[in-house]
Amino acid sequence: MKVMNLVQAINDALDIKLKEDKSVVVYGEDVGVEGGVFRVTEGLQVKHGVARVFDSPLAESGIAGTALGMAIAGMKPVIEMQFDGFSYPAFNQILSHISRFRNRTRGKYTVPLVIRIPYGGGINALEHHSESPEAYFGHTPGLKVVIPSTPYDAKGMLIAAIEDPDPVIFMEPKRIYRAIKQEVPQERYSIPLDKAKVLQAGEQITIIAYGAMIREVQKAIVIAKQQGFSVELIDLRSIWPIDRETISQSVRKTGRVLVVTEAPQSYGPAAELISIVNEEAFLSLEAPPTRLTGFDTVIPLPLGEKHYMISPERIATEIERLVKY
Amino acid sequence: MIDQKTLNKYDPIKNKAYQLIDDEGKPLDKTWKPRLSNAEILQAYKDLLFERTADLMAVSYQRQGRMFTYPPNIGQEAIHIAAGIVTKEQDWLVPAFRELGAWLAKGVSLKELFLYFKGNEDGSRFEKANRMLPIAVPIASQFPHAVGLGYAINYNKEKDTAVFAYVGDGGTSEGDFHEALNFAAVWNAPVIFIIQNNQFAISVPLKMQTKSINLAIKGLAYNIPSLMVDGNDFFAMHEALSYAREQAVAGKGPFLIEAKTYRTGAHTTSDDPSKYRSKEEEEHWAQKDPLKRLKGYILHSKIDELKDEEELIKGFKKHIDSEFEAAENHPEYKVEDVFGYMYAELPDELKRQKNAYENYLRGVK
Repeated sequence: MKVMNLVQAINDALDIKLKEDKSVVVYGEDVGVEGGVFRVTEGLQVKHGVARVFDSPLAESGIAGTALGMAIAGMKPVIEMQFDGFSYPAFNQILSHISRFRNRTRGKYTVPLVIRIPYGGGINALEHHSESPEAYFGHTPGLKVVIPSTPYDAKGMLIAAIEDPDPVIFMEPKRIYRAIKQEVPQERYSIPLDKAKVLQAGEQITIIAYGAMIREVQKAIVIAKQQGFSVELIDLRSIWPIDRETISQSVRKTGRVLVVTEAPQSYGPAAELISIVNEEAFLSLEAPPTRLTGFDTVIPLPLGEKHYMISPERIATEIERLVKY
Repeated sequence: MIDQKTLNKYDPIKNKAYQLIDDEGKPLDKTWKPRLSNAEILQAYKDLLFERTADLMAVSYQRQGRMFTYPPNIGQEAIHIAAGIVTKEQDWLVPAFRELGAWLAKGVSLKELFLYFKGNEDGSRFEKANRMLPIAVPIASQFPHAVGLGYAINYNKEKDTAVFAYVGDGGTSEGDFHEALNFAAVWNAPVIFIIQNNQFAISVPLKMQTKSINLAIKGLAYNIPSLMVDGNDFFAMHEALSYAREQAVAGKGPFLIEAKTYRTGAHTTSDDPSKYRSKEEEEHWAQKDPLKRLKGYILHSKIDELKDEEELIKGFKKHIDSEFEAAENHPEYKVEDVFGYMYAELPDELKRQKNAYENYLRGVK
């Protein structure tokens, strides 16, 4: 075991896969010499060579499109979109090709690649550096979309993503890149990409969240506990496919659900999760399934983020309202 | 033979297309000898004729309501047949959607193509076409794929292997075209980019597409050797493609060819070209028809008298009809076909959606 933060755990997973599998390559903007703007790929080029860990020209569609070509030729590219907002130029490649090649060719060609995207706000960044685009990818048939919230999950899920036979969008909550440290096994292990995790058992209300919001919910639960409320917390981990079973079991037990996402509200992951609750646990409900999400606004620049980002206090207020409903 | 001197002579800045035979099929340079044997040239002519026959029949199937939208190739066959000869089994073919003869040479069956244009992905599997990607509909988006394949060739140190990637004139306006050229040059990827400049992107003429003096010139900024070729001249295309491949497999990186041609037919069967181009223009290009020119060469140089052409076409039609019938007799599209190829293993959520639909179907019956 070794104490690691998220950045180190992801670096460790990449290092292990680069060592194990000669078909793995890692590339993107600044991922080589610089080791990535967040230092996630630091040291990997020195260890594994410039043919396997390298800087590409600055063009996200080109990065994604070339990765598809490599994947079809039997390689396993792990590419980086430097920031969430810069994944948009790659949309056409991801939505029109990467997600569809298996189906289009009836399984003749497959696209086993991983697209890493640091995402989310709260880091005092410029515009386009704080977006939560997971719904776009979750809405796209043919992709798997996952978001770890701990170093342990990040390592195991990234190894699983690289080994997955289908394209995986691996979103990294950059706000907590270095905020959480945890003991992580140094050997290889993998974590299934389609399972949510009950982080804390409780009786009165289920909270579903993922990524950087987990930490905010955990702070809210401390407040709620002082008020005498018992909260169950689910880390969704997989945006798609959604672990219907874990969610419905929990809400059938608690009768209440609050979904917390940083992503904007309309047509977002929270709407999807609440639909599932309605389908699976309708007769158990004691309060309206509720979502606490980012506004349907552009995420503000840093000075305005305090209004947009969801605080533990706001979450605690919703917990109280729903339990007392 | 093309060499550096030829490339200098036809530097895209000079805006002159590389050409070997005239509109009647007569060699421009009397000392020129083709790389191909007489038998190979004759076979190439038959292949051009086959592509044209298949195309005309495809349009006719569509008109009969037996097939959906189809993009005809008429007028552009010399490019495809020449590329088909140059492309090897181990080479990758990255199509756009108007390269029929090149696909057939790679091993695609007409049955598959008809099935695809009848609306079934089974026709997009290209079972016997080694290393051929499916048809790419979003314009130029296939170009970066070719570069990724080229990177893999270098990475795996594959010998004597190249990638052939196609795009149209309209595609040169897309970002992916430029990103791909740039990546290919930086990575020294063995990719032969072929722009089929057929003068129109659906209805939009080239002059509305670009202010560049030609399309080959776009390669120069990326430091990619580039050549504008008379795309209706089978020999010029064969020579240029052969040279480009030799360069690519020798480790010299990408090559760009602009094949100047004319789309004699419509963009697709849903299009009516009489709305946006003149009879005079069509007649001008008819003089440059690739089939007519290669036929002229064969007759002038007494390779063959081509007396059995009608018989030949009759045989082609019979074969094409039987391929179309095979496509019509393909098994019915099943629920399984909708879900079965989305992922290596069907996720629970999709199993649930599929089961719900199948239960509904059972209830209806």
